[in-house]
Amino acid sequence: MSTSTNTVSTRTAGANTAGEVVLDVSDLSVAFPTEEGLVQAVSNLSYQARLGRTLAIVGESGSGKSVSSMAVLGLHNPKRTRITGSIKLDGLELVGAPASTFQKIRSTKAAMVFQDPQSSLHPFHKIGKQIAEAYQAHNKVSKQIAHKRAVEMLDLVGIPNPQRRANQYPHEFSGGMRQRAMIALGLVNNPKLLIADEPTTALDVTVQAQILDLVNDLQKEFGSAVILITHDLAVVAETADDILVMYAGRGVEKGSAKEVLAQPSMPYTYGLLQSLPSHSEDLDELKAIPGAPPSLLNLPSGCSFHPRCQFKDQVPGDACFTQLPEWRPTPGLSNREIRCHLADPVATLQLDEGAR
Amino acid sequence: MSDQTLLKVTDLQRHFPFREVQGLKMVRATVRAVDGISFTVKQGQTLGLVGESGCGKSTTSRLVTRLDEPTAGSIEFEGRDITHLKEHQLRGIRRDVQMIFQDPYSSLNPRHTVGSILTTPLKVHGLHKGKEKQRVQELLELVGLNPEHINRYPSEFSGGQRQRIGIARALAVEPKLIIADEPVSALDVSIQAQVMNLLAKLRDELDLAFIFVAHDLGVVRHFCDQVAVMYLGKIVEYGDKKKIYEAPEHPYTQALLSAAPDINVARGIAPKERIRLVGDVPSPIDPPSGCRFRTRCWKAQDVCAQQEPPLVAAEADISTRGRREGGLHLQACHFPEVKTDLVAEVEHSA
Ligand SMILES: Nc1ncnc2c1ncn2[C@@H]1O[C@H](COP(=O)(O)OP(=O)(O)OP(=O)(O)O)[C@@H](O)[C@H]1O
Ligand SMILES: Nc1ncnc2c1ncn2[C@@H]1O[C@H](COP(=O)(O)OP(=O)(O)OP(=O)(O)O)[C@@H](O)[C@H]1O
Ligand code: SF4
Ligand code: SF4
Ligand SMILES: [Mg+2]
Ligand SMILES: [Mg+2]
Repeated sequence: MSTSTNTVSTRTAGANTAGEVVLDVSDLSVAFPTEEGLVQAVSNLSYQARLGRTLAIVGESGSGKSVSSMAVLGLHNPKRTRITGSIKLDGLELVGAPASTFQKIRSTKAAMVFQDPQSSLHPFHKIGKQIAEAYQAHNKVSKQIAHKRAVEMLDLVGIPNPQRRANQYPHEFSGGMRQRAMIALGLVNNPKLLIADEPTTALDVTVQAQILDLVNDLQKEFGSAVILITHDLAVVAETADDILVMYAGRGVEKGSAKEVLAQPSMPYTYGLLQSLPSHSEDLDELKAIPGAPPSLLNLPSGCSFHPRCQFKDQVPGDACFTQLPEWRPTPGLSNREIRCHLADPVATLQLDEGAR
Repeated sequence: MSDQTLLKVTDLQRHFPFREVQGLKMVRATVRAVDGISFTVKQGQTLGLVGESGCGKSTTSRLVTRLDEPTAGSIEFEGRDITHLKEHQLRGIRRDVQMIFQDPYSSLNPRHTVGSILTTPLKVHGLHKGKEKQRVQELLELVGLNPEHINRYPSEFSGGQRQRIGIARALAVEPKLIIADEPVSALDVSIQAQVMNLLAKLRDELDLAFIFVAHDLGVVRHFCDQVAVMYLGKIVEYGDKKKIYEAPEHPYTQALLSAAPDINVARGIAPKERIRLVGDVPSPIDPPSGCRFRTRCWKAQDVCAQQEPPLVAAEADISTRGRREGGLHLQACHFPEVKTDLVAEVEHSA
């Protein structure tokens, strides 16, 4: 891995750039002042995304996955949002950066694909025109060349008859095709970072498989970093390299995606995996984590997960209730970090799994 | 579960007419969103509806709840034909058939408190007169929400809690059938599990019937008794859950099951064989002749373009475990063929 002062000279990842950190988020906090008080949506979040790799961000509904990613692209209203900490994209600090900086980085350095492609495609403009305009915004080229590029992109994402399709409107595309068009739009300027927020949640599994294959192929071709936000842990198992698990605005476990899913080492991650239907086949009840996510207006003291954690009595004293667990390597596992006070989480969780 | 048929849908169609500019001409065209489907739901039974995006699942849901009117075919509820009833004749149906929506964020009015969201249906149907507040508190308890939160607004609840409010609203009028259109897809798996457990508990306690629309085949497998697989406005395979998952015969069902991602890959278990469909779903405006799946089917022959395969009894009604079993299993392919091992054998952690 090269140092962050090393600039990347080529867009396509060669052996020298793959693995390089392109997004470095550290100590990021995002809060929304509201009538009821300050909503602490993201607290002291740190993670890195690397070229050529896919980072999955998973966690409870409302844990700050979308809010933190939107901060990377400057999509929050600065007047109504308090953002602190640091977001470095390709070495450029984005926290506190002016709107013009975000305009520049959006689509050239970073792009986002949302769950609902309808929200990011203009309903009254032809698909090809939208892609061509995005290309022209950052490249001094003629309309004809931009249009040609748009058709190429549609072809690249596997849309049949791209010439003809470029002249159609979003409503004439099926859901899966619209999602492809969104990806084409996101990738037209070869961004180094692609954030896909629930890109396939609304699609059936066959289309989902096509879209995920597509993202994987494009990643290989362009060598970009991909952040995949999803609730579907099977998708993570099949597509991600790294994983960050979030709870109540904080990261709570990180490591290799496959390893974390095969052997979680923090009680929330463990509870999440136990909730899957595949863990309770033929049982009448799924093993949900009891209780509700905490209020972000008033986060629990100590470990945010303590009101729902069944293992807190195994931590001596009142650490779970009073001390925020700091990141530390999971004892006995390499390449794994957690925020949890348990002395030997692997053994504790294994014992529980065996007892079930 | 009793044997009483609650809902009987026969040859149901919904065509949306529209005008389209083609060159310089305006032409009339039709979206054949639902194009002749039949199924039944018994009291206490759960039917899962799965299939490609845009195949007509939500349209079917809206027809059955009579939020929309069919173009042809019939819908019978408790033996009564409700296909073309006018709004004023639908009062009873509005009570007996309820819907739970996908999005817990936009389906609740943000300016109304939970109390008023749940009181409205009671007032509309004149239920629990004078004791509405007590009933609302009962409902909140039933779905596992704190009755003290009656004066809170939807924004003050998490996604899973909001979905529970939507469920409480559906239950308020004591329905017999609930149509749940993607009720858990926006939620994380732990909250999904809470909501699924709640629905299962209510189903057992209140003998409710469900039509359950979802993309997550694992969730459908856990929750449903029977499954109907749809493709481009038609049902291509329909039967008991076990048959659909363990011995599917229609190529589209097989492709669908095999495309589901598998978490066991994380444990180093090799991914199962994948059938990758190429190309996009054809347009429901101009569906392929004969079998609608033929443009993407690896087994297609000439006859597939000429004759539409009818939905008929499946070839083998023997389960993969070797025991001969009865039960429902229909499929619509000219060349049906059982394929097993498409879904991963599930390990039992208990
Ligand atoms: N503009 C805002 N004002 C106040 N609160 C907000 C705002 N935007 C988001 N929130 C809150 O911040 C929290 C984090 O939201 P976020 O959308 O990041 O969740 P998420 O992890 O993406 O969840 P999901 O999986 O349900 O999409 C939520 O509780 C949400 O209600
Ligand atoms: N009001 C309408 N006018 C015209 N076409 C419509 C209308 N409503 C739905 N359609 C079309 O009917 C078809 C079926 O749509 P429907 O929403 O029922 O699909 P679905 O199976 O629920 O898909 P998804 O899984 O994506 O939710 C689609 O092609 C859709 O574009
Ligand atoms: S720190 Fe304590 S409460 Fe938090 S997850 Fe670990 S054991 Fe549970
Ligand atoms: S009828 Fe023909 S085209 Fe249709 S699914 Fe069967 S083999 Fe394939
Ligand atoms: Mg989100
Ligand atoms: Mg739908």
